[in-house]
Amino acid sequence: MSDETRGIRDKVSVIGVGCCAFGENWNQSPSDMIVDAAYEAYADAGIENPQQEIQAVFTGSLYTTKGPHECSDALKLFHRPVTMVSNYCATGTDAFRCGVMSVAAGLYDTVLVVGYDKPKDRGVSGPSVMMDGVRDLPKTPAGWFSLCAATYFEKYGAGRDDLAQIAIKNHHNGTLAPKSFLKREISLEDYKKARIISWPFGLYDCAAQTDGAAAAVITRADRARDVRDDPVLVKAVSIQSGPNPQKDPGNDFLSWKPTAWAAEEAYAQAGVDDAAQQIGVAQVHDCFSLTELLSYEDLGFCEKGSAKEHIANGTFELGGALPVNTDGGLKTFGHPTGATGVRMIYENVLQLQGRAGKRQVPGVEGRLALSHNIGGHPTACGIAILGRE
Amino acid sequence: MAGITAFGAYIPPTRLPLAHLAGRPVKEGGPEKAVAWNDEDSVTMAVTAATDCLSGMDRACVDGVLFASTTHAFREKQAAALIARALDLRGDVRTADYSGSLRAGLSALRGALDAVSGSDASHILVIASDCRMAAPGSALEANFGDAAVAFLVGRDDPIATLEDSHAVSEEIVDVWRSEGDPFVHSWEERFVVQEGYLPQMASVVQGTLEKTSSKLDDYARVALYAPDARSHSALARQLGASAETLQDPLFRKVGNCGVAFAPLLLASALEEASANDRILAAGYGDGAEAMTFRKVSEISSRGKRLGVRGHLSRRRTVASYDRYLKARSLTPQEWNPGADPGLSATVHFRERDEDLGLKGQRCLACDKLQFPCQRVCENCFEKDRFDRVRLSDRQGRIVTYTFDYFFPNPDPPTIVTVTDIDGARVHLQLVDCSPEDTRIGLPVEFVFRRIHEGGGRPNYYWKGRPADPGGSA
Repeated sequence: MSDETRGIRDKVSVIGVGCCAFGENWNQSPSDMIVDAAYEAYADAGIENPQQEIQAVFTGSLYTTKGPHECSDALKLFHRPVTMVSNYCATGTDAFRCGVMSVAAGLYDTVLVVGYDKPKDRGVSGPSVMMDGVRDLPKTPAGWFSLCAATYFEKYGAGRDDLAQIAIKNHHNGTLAPKSFLKREISLEDYKKARIISWPFGLYDCAAQTDGAAAAVITRADRARDVRDDPVLVKAVSIQSGPNPQKDPGNDFLSWKPTAWAAEEAYAQAGVDDAAQQIGVAQVHDCFSLTELLSYEDLGFCEKGSAKEHIANGTFELGGALPVNTDGGLKTFGHPTGATGVRMIYENVLQLQGRAGKRQVPGVEGRLALSHNIGGHPTACGIAILGRE
Repeated sequence: MAGITAFGAYIPPTRLPLAHLAGRPVKEGGPEKAVAWNDEDSVTMAVTAATDCLSGMDRACVDGVLFASTTHAFREKQAAALIARALDLRGDVRTADYSGSLRAGLSALRGALDAVSGSDASHILVIASDCRMAAPGSALEANFGDAAVAFLVGRDDPIATLEDSHAVSEEIVDVWRSEGDPFVHSWEERFVVQEGYLPQMASVVQGTLEKTSSKLDDYARVALYAPDARSHSALARQLGASAETLQDPLFRKVGNCGVAFAPLLLASALEEASANDRILAAGYGDGAEAMTFRKVSEISSRGKRLGVRGHLSRRRTVASYDRYLKARSLTPQEWNPGADPGLSATVHFRERDEDLGLKGQRCLACDKLQFPCQRVCENCFEKDRFDRVRLSDRQGRIVTYTFDYFFPNPDPPTIVTVTDIDGARVHLQLVDCSPEDTRIGLPVEFVFRRIHEGGGRPNYYWKGRPADPGGSA
């Protein structure tokens, strides 16, 4: 590992996190949700005068047409840099990464990161069919992410029964998270009875698209102890872009390349050489159940092809060796695209500080917490790894 | 000598059992009609018929495209130019649409034969295609079918030479469709047949026989348009045509396919005739038009060609009348699909080679085939050094797939694939295939289809379908 790749490790701390309740927030504007999330993060970071203390803002949203002003106007943070980042489902993680880099570079001491989205104002359940060209129709995320199913199932013998266990787990975990959207256990029978969206994905294989906002306050690592006794350090943050898998020659449709590439980069930064041992909790992008399954392998939590054995053994359940999506994940906590990466950081900070209530993973303080987003066709992946000092 | 040098056809594989119209149980082998499915129209059928016709040929020989139809999405905007682009023909090809009358198909064929006789064009592609809408429950509904047929007309090596032709014109309001009306209308049947169809067809056939100093018995195949099976029999009786020379009008198999009807029967006759046989074909509409040919040889060019016979045997049955109504947009919808502004015309223009012609590129540095066309090679990163390559007449192989129940489709699911075409990966829908028959590695060929409608305009693209295992009909 070179000094360059290790460069970001332990330079920046997260000193406060916040998250609004995710859901179909009919009565909340984007501004309302941004204020909920940011002011919770301010309080957590001991920031009493944000207009004085927040020196820069990095915000991310996929659906807004208002640019960074939507966030700066909501929080009345003017006369300072406010930047908007857009990178599909990796938007939140990328906004966090930009903030971390700006602090690590010594530009600012205290920076606010805000991810948010308001898809439920668009009047459709799930993304509409986009009409900017004929070539990729039908342009549904379920259709894109299901393209690994036929190939993976044929090669490794997995199937919908394995996907069902992921959905059942995430529905269970969602019942334990106060701010999650869906708080309902599902059974294997519920899973099997649900209508098919894009084979092999039925309704319960698909994340709940919701409104939401999440925020984090970050600062220089050497200042963090002035604010709190239990600051969380940024061990790694990576973004990787990949080719559109639909036109990528030679793609084997057994994994998503950007996840493996982003993991390689992040593990080099964080000094991870045995992910399954060193990582104690993970928030993994479960836009669809199969995305979570493939990520177990692409993130090195288990060998390629072995996910179904680990699913059967409960490795990734609360109480398992490496709990994944402790707050219900995109599936039940909700998926406001730009907010999701920051929401995962919120959950990992709570876990590392022992503040995750009924879903707390025991003994995680001495280990690392990973969050992962993958988005586009998928064509972009972001990973953040946090840990205590 | 001017003649037909090649021909091809397209009959949609989707067949509606006529029993569905009467609400009776469907019997195997019962009467049916060919119906264009929701992603087909007269233009997509025309491209498929023309592809069948041009199979195994160098398309650079085509100097002109004449498209004949009464059904095309645009009142102003030519279909022939769109078809020429989809077929990847030369940029200096001359194009024209023939429309307005049910005999436009034979009129276009006659026009092409005249043009090649005049020696300023060597090969002209004539395509007749129709997808006429009958109101649900109307008398016309059981008779109408959809089909397309294509002829390559030229001077060298014809398979059938034109002997003579004759036409008569008449003003009569018998069958019509006015601006903005989706449905064809017909006046009282006995009036249409007694005052229009029978006298005009008898007159044009008689005139042709006089011009050529021949008798109807001199023709081995007699291909006659008719509005329905009964009128066809009545005309045959009046002309004294013998049953064995009468070309099967394909009622209860295809149906009256409008502008394509007389040309389709001519193509059928060409398939069935022997060398030296004479063929008479007559079409009707605002008068009538007849042509006589002598078959001189079989098509010599290689390549697989389904023709009429091959397409008749490729079929699947519609499960219910309701499915048919949905596929033809004849049921009320919650959302008006035409309400959005549609695809940007500039995007459509920039991407016409790729989307309409299914053209990819080959990198001149590393030789890798790729799709769509892009500035920097995805394999070796060479910049701006590519040859454009037509992919539409190649075969592909399914790499992976999904069944999408989310995308609007009268017959869900929409089968979506990533298909490998000689190393290029293309995201394509798969048609004429069931989920049960979809598998990794399935060989596919490509068909031009509608993919979306927006802003009142159809958008076209290519889709995969299982490759014909036989290879030729």
